[in-house]
Amino acid sequence: MTEPAITPELVRKHNLTPDEFGKIKAILGRDPSYTELGIFSVMWSEHCSYKNSRPLLKTFPTKSPKILVGAGEENAGIIDIGDNLAIAFKIESHNHPSAVEPFQGAATGVGGIVRDIFTMGARPVCAINSLRFGPISMDGAAADETRTQEVANNRRLFAGVVSGIAHYGNCFGIPTIAGEVYFDRSYQGNPLVNAFCLGVLRHEQIIRGAAKGVGNPVFYVGPATGRDGLAGAAFASQDLTEESAEQQRGAVQVGDPFMEKLVCEACLELLATGAVSGIQDMGAAGLTCSTCETAARAGTGIEIELNKVPQRAPNMTSYEIMLSESQERMLIIVHKGREEEVKRIFDKWDLPWAEIGRVTDTGRMVVRHAGVVVADIPARQLADDAPVYQREAREPAYIAGVRSFTLAGVADSADPGGDLGRLLAWPTIASKNWVYRQYDHMVRDNSAICPGSDAAVIRIKADSVPGGTDEGAPTFPEKFVALSVDCNAVYVYLDPYEGGKIAVAEAARNLACTGAVPLGVTDNLNFGNPHNPEIFWQLRESVRGLAEACRAFNAPVTGGNVSLYNQNPDGPIDPTPTVAMAGLVEQREHITTQWFKDSGDAILLLGAPVDGLDPLLGLGGSAYLQRIHGVKNGMPPRCDLAREQELNLGLRSLVCGGGIKSAHDCSDGGLAVALAECCISNMVARETPSLVGARIDLSGIACSRLDALLFGETQARIIISTSANDATKILERAKILGIPVQRIGTVGGTDLEIKTASKTLSSPVSELHDKWWKSIAAEMKD
Amino acid sequence: MKFAVLQFPGSNCDQDCVHVLRNVMGHSARLLWHKDTSVGDSDAAIVPGGFSYGDYLRTGAIARFSPVMQAVQAFAAQGGLVLGICNGFQILCEAGLLPGALIRNRSLQFRCEQVHLQTATTDSAFTNRVPAGKLLRVPIAHGEGCYFADPETLAGMRSRGQVLWRYVDAQGAATEAANPNGSVDNIAGVCNEGRNVAGLMPHPERASEDVLGCSDGRLIFESIIHSLQQRRSAVAA
Repeated sequence: MTEPAITPELVRKHNLTPDEFGKIKAILGRDPSYTELGIFSVMWSEHCSYKNSRPLLKTFPTKSPKILVGAGEENAGIIDIGDNLAIAFKIESHNHPSAVEPFQGAATGVGGIVRDIFTMGARPVCAINSLRFGPISMDGAAADETRTQEVANNRRLFAGVVSGIAHYGNCFGIPTIAGEVYFDRSYQGNPLVNAFCLGVLRHEQIIRGAAKGVGNPVFYVGPATGRDGLAGAAFASQDLTEESAEQQRGAVQVGDPFMEKLVCEACLELLATGAVSGIQDMGAAGLTCSTCETAARAGTGIEIELNKVPQRAPNMTSYEIMLSESQERMLIIVHKGREEEVKRIFDKWDLPWAEIGRVTDTGRMVVRHAGVVVADIPARQLADDAPVYQREAREPAYIAGVRSFTLAGVADSADPGGDLGRLLAWPTIASKNWVYRQYDHMVRDNSAICPGSDAAVIRIKADSVPGGTDEGAPTFPEKFVALSVDCNAVYVYLDPYEGGKIAVAEAARNLACTGAVPLGVTDNLNFGNPHNPEIFWQLRESVRGLAEACRAFNAPVTGGNVSLYNQNPDGPIDPTPTVAMAGLVEQREHITTQWFKDSGDAILLLGAPVDGLDPLLGLGGSAYLQRIHGVKNGMPPRCDLAREQELNLGLRSLVCGGGIKSAHDCSDGGLAVALAECCISNMVARETPSLVGARIDLSGIACSRLDALLFGETQARIIISTSANDATKILERAKILGIPVQRIGTVGGTDLEIKTASKTLSSPVSELHDKWWKSIAAEMKD
Repeated sequence: MKFAVLQFPGSNCDQDCVHVLRNVMGHSARLLWHKDTSVGDSDAAIVPGGFSYGDYLRTGAIARFSPVMQAVQAFAAQGGLVLGICNGFQILCEAGLLPGALIRNRSLQFRCEQVHLQTATTDSAFTNRVPAGKLLRVPIAHGEGCYFADPETLAGMRSRGQVLWRYVDAQGAATEAANPNGSVDNIAGVCNEGRNVAGLMPHPERASEDVLGCSDGRLIFESIIHSLQQRRSAVAA
């Protein structure tokens, strides 16, 4: 096999700069071979090396006494949840593949993150996701041909991504129990697909991705390697272009969730035998990444023979085998002498396996193909010595316009009832049942709060842990973990620092509303091209906000993912640092949902109704300005982290005291939308909502604008309900806790009636429900 | 009682059934691997949900040929109680143990949601503990749950009381809107002529604990246990 000669043109095509190529030559002491060039290009891509973001990531808080495996150490972080149990979780993007082939792109995104979790020795128990697309509705705009076509394409991507996630997760048998979906023009042609998985294990079950023990055999398990997904990690680290769809489809992998289920069960069974020294999935950069990273972590070397790798296609080159991202494959380092156990278990599950090499003491990753050395690279330098760049940052020009924006030219709401309906039907705010009804969100029998409330709650019981139901396995009390994923990217676009803080604050508030205490965060930084100083400024400022907020909520970052180069020919996406937060509900009785329960209950508002110090009164970047006035501008609401934390602690204290029947945070669409959701979001069964009205009196609240009072998005506000008897007691306790609180109304009736100093609006809750519940299905025409 | 829960490659509700039978109902339950050739001394067999063999070719089409299904066929022929849930229902239809077939949902999409079920007859080993007139709230989660049988088969099934559950609205009416997948006659579950084999698309094992929001599904497991106890006391007498 003759390999192409290494020319500057070939180096450029591999997305390596002349400087980077020079560094490679210095490491090797010679020119790289074609296979080696390919190996360096994927390992030194942003996706694998974080070369543009690493200095920023170092500013995140990553330590706490509960962290057992920290950020960057392994495939996923691990946090102690007591009783010798721990949770492993991580979020990862699959944006570029989903743009090119939405179904497989999203499906393999789920597959990859699930593998990251069982690679740690944990049983995957639930998945969540964060999705963003271009608009799927006309939003009252004129239906010219271009717009119609764009909307049709956005719908195609949305439908494809959702069914891809459903296909993979449902077949694997993992409940997809929470998520968020936003629609905005900036994601047109570059949708975001961030997939999260959480697993559970006992402390002693944690396994490392390290190639320890010189002489130990290296096994390849799982399906054969094909030409699919060639250099997907490198593809993820480039801008999307008009030609991407045609040229890069081969970089998208094809997933088989059935195979993943078998590989997962077989791996967990094998790990229980103690025969495994180290294990790593073949995700981004496939065989390349898994071999050099395991050797680098252990300080050893690794040698493999490519002829022993199971291959799906004939005549694959060493370059192709090393860079293939065929799915559902694992690399396992086995204690010498215990090879038979691997063979027995993988034969039981009818899965292919092959012994492809061994651990050495040379510190080098040596790849042979039919006995001929095709790559010989120092493993640690390949894995860890990627160049690190301090990119230039410059405040974007548009920020000046954001700062100077005022409400002077914005007419106050003339039809607040109509505006409420329009906001509830706006796809970003509308019920996402069209999405989550396609996901199996109940398999594994642990979904205590399903999609449709502020955060999901998953129970952890014996069979959540690998081997947990085996005879003699240690028992433990049932536990409940709450999960939320959040990011209002419009806020981040308008003010990356404040927006970054708000992403974390909203996740923390959502957890508080379900009765949970935050444990940790995994983040997914989705941004445009970092070579543009304005984009890098967005990244730097939002990371500053995220880091500060994670500290304030005592929620360290346990890992995550960076996805840069998210732009289409029209420009970059809105900066989108997605925050997934996990928390613990200490007692089953504390689990709280967002909807009102019984007629006659008192409705209380925790937090200041309107931030009087904000000149835009919470309307900057609001859903109301976007949907009703077509304006995406203004400084977003201010996030006072100390006040947020006081509110969350206060709410939890109230929940622990008992008597809180519902809790719902105010976010997109403000107080009026949140109140409506409390009335309409309890679905008993198919076609059977449990609706209840409410009478709200806001006439005592001073606010110069009606729209700001109803739809402003002032932060740190939570609506709770309690029985009329408990109301006085809870008002007093909230005041003692130092939280602003007032009674704003009573549950009951068939209408949502909101009285203000200037106007009273009233809508039947059945109408509000239908607008909110059916909007996305109507846009998707089914 | 002793339950056997089948485990195919790709089963994913097997653990859930074991959990409910053991920890909620308080009976013995064990997994039966797809290569096993006997149900042993089990009193009843559960064919659980999931994607057996990846549901390649057609749902349940490969599973019916597995060694364990030959054992279940023999067990059923001797009058043993067999319940198929979701993918298990599909397998039992493919195996010819139950009439009819399950095809792609009318929406062409997977559906996961709570539904209301009306129990059409309490005269079966799977429904005898359901109080008269009580609607069961149980979730579904399937892409291919649209029940189909030809008119002649259906007429025979109705006359013999083989339809066990129908999708209904909150008032108990078998309306079009209450039907989540396009099943003929809103059929959610059926039994065989011998009344010892039944299958349903909804998941009673996901509705057996209050912490998960509903425990109506327990009535189905209680019915099976009650039938087994009656059989046992009949033998003793």
